[in-house]
Amino acid sequence: MKWDLDSERPVYIQLIEQIQSGIISGLFKPGDKLPSVRDLATEAMVNPNTMQKALSELERTGLIYTNRTSGRFITSDEEMIIKLKHLSAKELVMDFINRMKQLGYEPEETLTIVTGIVKTKE
Amino acid sequence: MSAILECKSLTKKFSSLTALDNVDLTLERGHIIGLLGPNGSGKTTLIKLINGLLVPSNGKLLIDGKEPGTESKKIVSYLPEKTYLPDWMRVSDTIDFFEDFYEDFDRKKAYDMLKRLQLDPTKRMKTLSKGTKEKVQLILVMSRDADLYCLDEPIGGVDPAARDYILNTIISNYNEKATIIISTHLIADVETVLDEVIFIKNGKITLHSSVDDIRTKEGKSIDTLFREVFKC
Repeated sequence: MKWDLDSERPVYIQLIEQIQSGIISGLFKPGDKLPSVRDLATEAMVNPNTMQKALSELERTGLIYTNRTSGRFITSDEEMIIKLKHLSAKELVMDFINRMKQLGYEPEETLTIVTGIVKTKE
Repeated sequence: MSAILECKSLTKKFSSLTALDNVDLTLERGHIIGLLGPNGSGKTTLIKLINGLLVPSNGKLLIDGKEPGTESKKIVSYLPEKTYLPDWMRVSDTIDFFEDFYEDFDRKKAYDMLKRLQLDPTKRMKTLSKGTKEKVQLILVMSRDADLYCLDEPIGGVDPAARDYILNTIISNYNEKATIIISTHLIADVETVLDEVIFIKNGKITLHSSVDDIRTKEGKSIDTLFREVFKC
């Protein structure tokens, strides 16, 4: 997995986001075993405590779970993953609409532009 | 668990110069801490005090509840800013040397790391470049199973690729009961590895905080904050 961290925001939040997008994109499949905290931390070049914090947070949301004897796993609840995917899509679109507003486009105008571009691409 | 390091009104004076001024500092176990400050701010003085190379002018310093001395040196692994390994030694000799000195030294770990960095143990220290010498020294220091690691400028003299390797070495050898203090001014390179930072200025500690707290509160990187706080 490729990790890309900026330095302005808390690292553990960025780790959570990137593991989530790894799960959504299917890089981590439902029911997959996660590498150890140390391996993940080494790969991302972050402090193991920070990685631990991110994983605990993901565990709290139920996206990953710990099996006491055999490590951490991605949830097998595919519905939960689909929900997360929709949520991320919604956030991206909202963000996009807001940025278009800053450029001076109303949401309807944005929609027209998007439809136009999608059509020409087809 | 008890604090690994405790400083109370710690002061160090060199005749008229006060290098450390009334420092109160407590460090818990299980953290990687950046000791950050401009040149001459007291970073090395603090590290030398921890290692018993300097004696406080005033105040107290305890490592795992003990005053610096033979007992504290057993649990503190120190990477000084300058290498002290004799030129005539082969890399393998330096490993024997560390094994003689420290009970917690893991010879196998040292050889594994040398192999990964493709360093030849039969080479003599004097034939190694400055950066390679620093790598050897860091391998020796990180091959100990210590409670407190004091790394004084561990990445200053090496190229960016080796820097990544060194940070990796630090992360992968670190255990939950140990604390690592890294003194540096190359903040951007180390900041994702740190979970706490200490800002030191004119011998005084001006900030001691978790990295994530700083980023949440200030919305900026430690590097940016440092440049603002220590603007010349």
